Amino acid sequence: MEKNIIEVNDLVKKFGDFAANDNISFNVKKGEIFGFLGPNGAGKTTAIKILSGLLAPTSGDIRVAGFDVYQESEQIKQNIGYMSQKFSLYSDLTVYENIRFYGGIYGLDKKEIAEGANYFLNKLNIQDYRDKLVGDLPLGWRQKLAFSIAILHNPAIVFLDEPTSGVDPVTRRQFWEMIYEAAEEGITPFVTTHYMDEAEYCERVTIMVDGRIEAIGPPEELKKQFQAEDINEVFLKIAGEKKEYA
Amino acid sequence: MDKSIIFKNIWKSFGKTKALEKISLSVNKQEIFGLIGPDGAGKSTLMRILATLYLPDRGEVFLEDYDVIDDYRQVRQEIGYMPGEFSLYPDLTVEENLQFFASVFDTTVEENYDLIKGLYSHIEPFKKRRAGDLSGGMKQKLALSCALIHRPRVLILDEPNTGVDAVSRDELWKMLYFLIDEGLTVLVSTPYMDEAEKCDRIALMQEGRVMAIDRPENVVADFNQPLFQISAPNLYKALNILQDFPETRDVYLFGQTIHFIPENEEVKSEDIEAYIKNNGIPKSNVNTVQPNIEDCFISLMKK
Repeated sequence: MEKNIIEVNDLVKKFGDFAANDNISFNVKKGEIFGFLGPNGAGKTTAIKILSGLLAPTSGDIRVAGFDVYQESEQIKQNIGYMSQKFSLYSDLTVYENIRFYGGIYGLDKKEIAEGANYFLNKLNIQDYRDKLVGDLPLGWRQKLAFSIAILHNPAIVFLDEPTSGVDPVTRRQFWEMIYEAAEEGITPFVTTHYMDEAEYCERVTIMVDGRIEAIGPPEELKKQFQAEDINEVFLKIAGEKKEYA
Repeated sequence: MDKSIIFKNIWKSFGKTKALEKISLSVNKQEIFGLIGPDGAGKSTLMRILATLYLPDRGEVFLEDYDVIDDYRQVRQEIGYMPGEFSLYPDLTVEENLQFFASVFDTTVEENYDLIKGLYSHIEPFKKRRAGDLSGGMKQKLALSCALIHRPRVLILDEPNTGVDAVSRDELWKMLYFLIDEGLTVLVSTPYMDEAEKCDRIALMQEGRVMAIDRPENVVADFNQPLFQISAPNLYKALNILQDFPETRDVYLFGQTIHFIPENEEVKSEDIEAYIKNNGIPKSNVNTVQPNIEDCFISLMKK
């Protein structure tokens, strides 16, 4: 039996009368690259906040990395990493200062931070940039560094929110190689993206519309199920029926 | 063919950063021309020069026979420009924003309503809502309505689809085809390679240079190397194996598959399959495939 690292049963989150998450259920296996798709306003951000222990659900039974979202949200926060295109690193701190800062936040000691820094600087081949400001790094490198820092504390799950927006296609692939590598090492990548071709890198995807999960499965199976050539077409078939999601 | 936009030998630097180097391209009337490339390629800089917001260091630009530098006042009447960032007044309502842009151009919403009807009808139910409170897809529709309300001849859209979901993106493309039929010319930029195929012609841009200009199908035809698609149960492992294959010119992830370009044209599917098998993955599937724009972009970047 493969272990589920995320278990969501009947999740409901209401803001007033509005159900941002309307009774959703799904599981994510350990080390599985999981794609979380849906149009703007579908409720993805709400669900991610709940899974990261930042927001309490209205009802439902949800466990993340073995911890209960109601009772153990602090443990959840320590066992996840988070990276997005919008929020990543401090551009007026150096590369090493960013690593030390985030390492400290996640409770790593000096030795662990130094070892982690060496490991990732070597891996990204940016030893020469150790004491340079992050703002002076090219965008692609910044994104790869941000990802490395998000997994510095070896979390069970890393949430990646639109991680490759605006990045060139070569860097984008290098970034995905890093995601695959992290998954090999047992970290579970949980990815949202608007690049529909990128959805095909995921082992399984869900498509969420209006607070509900309308499809879930490996990209190949969804394409068969919806008789579509690619995930973009699947997405349009599911989400396009709903005209306005204001 | 009649040209709507002409860039001749454009150079632009910001301090030490070369934003544009020797850009020459032209856009035909009633064409959708796409600038395709990642952040930092120079797409926005080129568009801002056309929108009379930046002066080039060198070179000439013409729009509908006006010199963009000397005749900038006329040019501003002829263009609708939608920048990458949401740039309407967030504390004015939907309706007030539209009326404001109409009055700035000395026209009325009624006069040109037919042009924006397809777009604006989606947001009209919310016309009393403040623009800042709209969802991403609706903001995009309102911004485009405002850019069109003076019936420009040329529409300049800077990454209209970045961060926008696939449904809204699809709706935008339908709108652009309608506008072309109405006589407009569209210059649009995007980092999404799959959108290239929706343009009549494209320029692939990287770090301030144009790598290729052509119809999307011709860019693909110029790829001119054998390309294999490989699927295997453990994709990451298969990729690592192929990175050490002596016959590899390039190998990269492509969705749930790997794309592989050999050094030598003699390499066959069976050779690749055998190499993967000998290195520990008994079953893989190797086929030749047609490249798409993204394969072409990657190949041009590495040249």
